[in-house]
Amino acid sequence: MKVLVPIKRVIDYNVKVRVKPDNSNVDLANIKMAINPFCEIAVEEAVRLKEAGVATEIIAVSIGEKSCQEQLRTALALGADRAIQIETSESLDSLNIAKLLQKIVEEEQPQLVILGKQAIDSDNNQTGQMLGALTGMPQGTFASMVKVDGDKVNVTREIDGGLQTVALNLPAIVTTDLRLNEPRYASLPNIMKAKRKPLVVKAAADFDVDLAPRTKLLKVTPPATRQAGIVVETIDELVEKLKNEAKVIS
Amino acid sequence: MSILVFAEHDNSTLKAETLKTVAAAQAIGGDINLLVAGHNCQSVVDAAAKVNGVSKVLVADNAAYEHQLAENVSLLVTELANDYEHIIATALTTGKNFMPRVAALLDVTQISDIIAVESSDTFVRPIYAGNAIATVQSLDTKKIITVRATGFDAVATDGNAEVVALDTATDAGNSSHVSDELTESERPDLGAASVVISGGRGMQNGDNFKLLDGIADKLGAAIGASRAAVDAGFVPNDMQVGQTGKIVAPDLYIAVGISGAIQHLAGMKDSKIIVAINKDPEAPIFQVADYGIVADLFDALPELEAKL
Repeated sequence: MKVLVPIKRVIDYNVKVRVKPDNSNVDLANIKMAINPFCEIAVEEAVRLKEAGVATEIIAVSIGEKSCQEQLRTALALGADRAIQIETSESLDSLNIAKLLQKIVEEEQPQLVILGKQAIDSDNNQTGQMLGALTGMPQGTFASMVKVDGDKVNVTREIDGGLQTVALNLPAIVTTDLRLNEPRYASLPNIMKAKRKPLVVKAAADFDVDLAPRTKLLKVTPPATRQAGIVVETIDELVEKLKNEAKVIS
Repeated sequence: MSILVFAEHDNSTLKAETLKTVAAAQAIGGDINLLVAGHNCQSVVDAAAKVNGVSKVLVADNAAYEHQLAENVSLLVTELANDYEHIIATALTTGKNFMPRVAALLDVTQISDIIAVESSDTFVRPIYAGNAIATVQSLDTKKIITVRATGFDAVATDGNAEVVALDTATDAGNSSHVSDELTESERPDLGAASVVISGGRGMQNGDNFKLLDGIADKLGAAIGASRAAVDAGFVPNDMQVGQTGKIVAPDLYIAVGISGAIQHLAGMKDSKIIVAINKDPEAPIFQVADYGIVADLFDALPELEAKL
């Protein structure tokens, strides 16, 4: 079966972002970018399904400027078979992203779409679920285990109280959580091979999707900073401070 | 204006976070209805009717909603959507799961995880693991919103709302519940506890988390963990505090053997008082801690327990 893996180019997770002085947005100039960690887990899961003989073809797709081809090549190096870039210079709302992905789902007819549960830049946690609603597919979000079984997929989900397993009819949507797998490192030969794998570029404007913005970013400010406190020498001192200064214990 | 708030519950208890989500709805302003979707959930309905500021409790009690499958609940909420300008859920795993489906079905986008309300269409939300705070205006006519409960103070529970039973049963028929594997704990919920003590990689193994038990008992605390401790298999996933785990803001947060990666800080830096116990004086956790102690946790924890 075909597996579609939408991925996003985001700030590297080790980098702490700064807000622009004019408060218009965050400053991403000259910042290290990478594949969103949850998307990387999604690619890895698809590759494991292929290695297990369940998936037959893995298609990675990303929406953005030409620079996101870098992350598509990463996905290809990890084991995706081919890639699609949907070119746009706009920063699109999740709903518009989901609508473009819906068009790719209609074209490619994958049995499984695996996405990261959230991007670490916008922290929205929306696109997979929206794609599920638009395509009518059921969803297994925040997955820590995925088992394809005939025309169904069992997904174990990380929920507030622990774990929940649901059975979904295929085709279905899966969004990944951290414990689903530990992504491999791409080997040098695979990185070289990825350069020759097919990558198709399509223009977002050609998809007959209304991409008008649904939100307006009014301003971005730095968070309130916490003052570093004091270092105490002994547990006695700590307990005393918590009781008498902070008054958070009695 | 009318606002529909989705009640978070497990068919027996209304989650405390719902009281904070209702507070967010009050900040927007309008007639507030609370939706209880579940099965055999009368005790939740009783609790929901007492939530202040709610005029009506809508009850969809049906087997299709027992496990709050996103496919079914999103159809239910979409069916009700005509009567409301705002539809709001708490940004916990249930709300995060089904709300974007509602948004897409209604052809609007969602504003996730708001921490403040500026006006009926403008909201404040953290982005980049809380390292930036965005003020966002929704251009859609209907607003679909999830609320980060730590941003709002709970409303009181001495109200008396009208209870209305809905006879709708929307079953998408493409998903089913197989099983739950829930963590049994006598301790308070991480999201609701006024004291949280969390362990990190420095705990070294799952057994050592027992060192936190005595302190948690004495303080009535919930026990949390960093991603590193969860990934290493020390403790289950539902204990993870951080950007993509649970967001907490207790009166007292004690971080034990946690270095303080930005992803962890994103989940706890709004706590009132932060205590850090770490043997590495350079650990970034000390930069946000009100009180830090540079010590081996295996010495510090038993002593702390004894002296509380």
